[in-house]
Amino acid sequence: MKEEEQNNILNEVTQGDYKFGFVTDIDMDMAPKGLNEDIIRYISKKKNEPDFMLEYRLRAYRKWLTMQEPDWAHLKIPPIDYQDIIYYAAPKKKKELSSLDEVDPELLDTFNKLGISLEEQKLLSGVAVDAVFDSVSVKTTFSETLEKHGIIFCSFSEAVQNHPDLVKKYVGSVVPYGDNYFAALNSAVFSDGSFCYIPKGVRCPVELSTYFRINTAGTGQFERTLIIADEGSYVSYLEGCTAPQRDENQLHAAVVEIVALKDAEVKYSTVQNWYPGDKNGKGGIFNFVTKRGMCKGSHSKISWTQVETGSAVTWKYPGCILLGDNSIGEFYSVAVTNNHQQADTGSKMIHIGKNTKSTIISKGISAGFSNNSYRGLVKISKRAENSRNYSQCDSLLLGDKCGAHTFPYINTANSSSIVEHEATTSKISEDQLFYCQQRGIDTENAIGLIVNGYAKEVLKQLPMEFAVEAQKLLSISLEGSVG
Amino acid sequence: METKYNDIIFKEKVVSLFEQNRAQIGANDTTRMSKERDVAFKQFKKVGFPNKKMEAWRNTNLKDVFAYNYNIQFSPADEKPELIEAFQCNIHNFDTQTITLYNGWYLSEDKHLITLPNGTIIGSLAQAIKEYPELVQKHYNKYTNIEENGLIALNTAFSQDGIFIYVPDNVKTYKTIQMVNILDKEDNLFIQNRNLIIVGKNAKLTILHCDDSYNYSRSFTNTVTEVFIDEGAEVDHYKLQNLNDNSTLINTTYFHQELQSKLTTNSITLNGGLIRNKINVVLNGEGGEANVFGVYLVDKEQHIDSQVFVDHAKANCNSDELFKGIIDDNATAVFNGHILVRKDSQHTNASQTNRNVQLTDKATVYTKPFLEIYADDVKCNHGATIGQLDEEALFYIKSRGIGDYDARLLLLYAFAAEVINKISIATLRESIDDLVKKRLRGELAICDQCVLQCKDQENTYEFKIDISKI
Repeated sequence: MKEEEQNNILNEVTQGDYKFGFVTDIDMDMAPKGLNEDIIRYISKKKNEPDFMLEYRLRAYRKWLTMQEPDWAHLKIPPIDYQDIIYYAAPKKKKELSSLDEVDPELLDTFNKLGISLEEQKLLSGVAVDAVFDSVSVKTTFSETLEKHGIIFCSFSEAVQNHPDLVKKYVGSVVPYGDNYFAALNSAVFSDGSFCYIPKGVRCPVELSTYFRINTAGTGQFERTLIIADEGSYVSYLEGCTAPQRDENQLHAAVVEIVALKDAEVKYSTVQNWYPGDKNGKGGIFNFVTKRGMCKGSHSKISWTQVETGSAVTWKYPGCILLGDNSIGEFYSVAVTNNHQQADTGSKMIHIGKNTKSTIISKGISAGFSNNSYRGLVKISKRAENSRNYSQCDSLLLGDKCGAHTFPYINTANSSSIVEHEATTSKISEDQLFYCQQRGIDTENAIGLIVNGYAKEVLKQLPMEFAVEAQKLLSISLEGSVG
Repeated sequence: METKYNDIIFKEKVVSLFEQNRAQIGANDTTRMSKERDVAFKQFKKVGFPNKKMEAWRNTNLKDVFAYNYNIQFSPADEKPELIEAFQCNIHNFDTQTITLYNGWYLSEDKHLITLPNGTIIGSLAQAIKEYPELVQKHYNKYTNIEENGLIALNTAFSQDGIFIYVPDNVKTYKTIQMVNILDKEDNLFIQNRNLIIVGKNAKLTILHCDDSYNYSRSFTNTVTEVFIDEGAEVDHYKLQNLNDNSTLINTTYFHQELQSKLTTNSITLNGGLIRNKINVVLNGEGGEANVFGVYLVDKEQHIDSQVFVDHAKANCNSDELFKGIIDDNATAVFNGHILVRKDSQHTNASQTNRNVQLTDKATVYTKPFLEIYADDVKCNHGATIGQLDEEALFYIKSRGIGDYDARLLLLYAFAAEVINKISIATLRESIDDLVKKRLRGELAICDQCVLQCKDQENTYEFKIDISKI
């Protein structure tokens, strides 16, 4: 890293507060507060959905009513009033846009502040951006390029309109609506999200990316993402998140489903930097996400990479069901918690097919008064002969008021598989710090350097654009935690 | 559907038995103990037996255990068994002081409480309550947590007898004390032992704790042991379990360690129906050291559940855990480790390792090494593996002319030996080493007698392998 860039990071670090906290005033089209079957019908009608979708939502809602909020996670969550949430908010419908100029300037400005100018993205990085602004997609770029390859990349509601067969076939196939409390809630009220289909044998030429934003106080965000990689295809999908500063807790319950058919490969990367609450633990986003991939065909591969720095509460276990023979699942994660943040995150690897392989690398960093837990499951079924798993989850503690916990569950039911799990918990080595300091690097910078080195194994899995952002985020998140 | 409710039926039976026999159960109680008994009973009535919905019991299902009817003996049996002779477990060259529990009751020729020349008191807990009420009261039920699960509460409510050991300050007992738990009753027995061991300041104690069954009757033992280790004291604890396949043993041990104390505990499970060893260690003083080791060899339909909880309540303590298991046939092995490093318990060193060799597709292994850490200046690690024998090592041995069967045995033995080699008493180590070798050959499974009284003690067991070839 160049010296200038390092200085910049240091400056950002010393400034300290949440950088991306601002509110954009755009007229909103809102549903009344609360949740009942009428609201679900309202959402469905608003989005002009076919009957099967409404049926699905209602079934999910009825299931949800019978379920209870999970309490097994190592988290302290204040009670959530599900009737005090607005389940649908859409920016007012504008006429069809043909170029960026027609996009609401205020909206564009928001993106510019976040440093993800659509134009810039479009011109320089070659990334197609489907920007989700409070639940409804505003603008999709690069659709021409994608169209040429037959790739479908659009908002979920568009997909429901234009590709109902695909949606009907795959929605809920990886995360059934009754999977867990938050998945059921999402299935009932999901507002929008992204949909992606890569046809047979196509290698997606660009990295697909969505930026999610949560806006408008009191709006719960219920994203639904569905990625289908048909036989022999490849796609790298990026998801990044920032949210404005708010005092009120906001609920976020997303569902991400990935289906990889024979020989397909999906790489899913996330940088999550939602508002973590202030230094006293007030406010912040509640992030309850169900992410799961299904390696349906043989030789398929799904790889999750996540950098989690935001949210007051994170409850998230991206996992893979390795159904196809010789399929591969990977999970790379860096989770940083500071101040009063809480994270209970990890991965699930369910081995069903023969010769399936999975890797879990998880790096937790806790500072301040935060609690950071890794919770993972590696399950090898009887059929999964010659399967292999390697898990490593390390925790780094900065400060004596924080906690780091590891809950690895390992179950095996056949004799030809090998499962390994390793974990360490420690603080930054005094020797390393001393070494940096005697080379003239001050403590804060030295810690930034060491932490980045510690997380390198995961960061290097990220696509280039994300890696830079992630490194900055790590340093920002840890600001003020060292002394 | 009926079996589903067996635990409820049994609970009701136990509850009514307690109410009917309340006076007899608490005959020796001091006022405080009697009060605690009632509190514990209320707790049990509230929570009942553990079930699969509880996180700590999700992989150990007692459902099948409750499918049978069990009886409780509220007073020691009249007949004096001749077994006592047979169970003078004379490990070759190993001088021990043996104390025996027979079907849950202290068994002795004459006195129920013996004071050794160095001041050590050993004998029956029921007797100790009568003779040394203050000493017992100071520690009894102080280290348990009846809210942990229903069985702990039940034990506290029902306990009548067990073993009592007191080692005064600065006394080092060089003679190993051997606690033998024998089950021999034709009817199905439900036994609730309560043991209390107090080790004074700078004292030293070595205990060998054996659980054996003498016949093939069904039994359900729920033992709670409290061990208090005072400042600078040292305890070596060995647990040897060789029960019949119809027995259920729930063994909960609470170790409470004070400043600079040292504990080494080693659980060797050779055979048993359903065994659950819960080991709780509280490091309640700086400079404490806890070594918790275990090895389990299970086959057939057996189930072994090892639960280890190490609580680093104070700073500057070290703990080391190593559990290894060989799982064959349809057996199930569960390992749940939990290390808790509390706030301000700085300079903690804790490690936790669980390694399993799974030999068949029908065997199941669940392992969950769990760390919960609230202090930053610590070094904690854990590791868990489930795998098979190293093919290359196997090939190497076979290439030296050793048959497949022997080569596998040798590797399995070497796998288990890592734990066995940690036994510090040479004679005991050799003896257990032998037992493990025999067990790997499958010989112990057919041995329906106490493992330690096998007649060929004089001849140590060797693999029929020419080691010089390797």
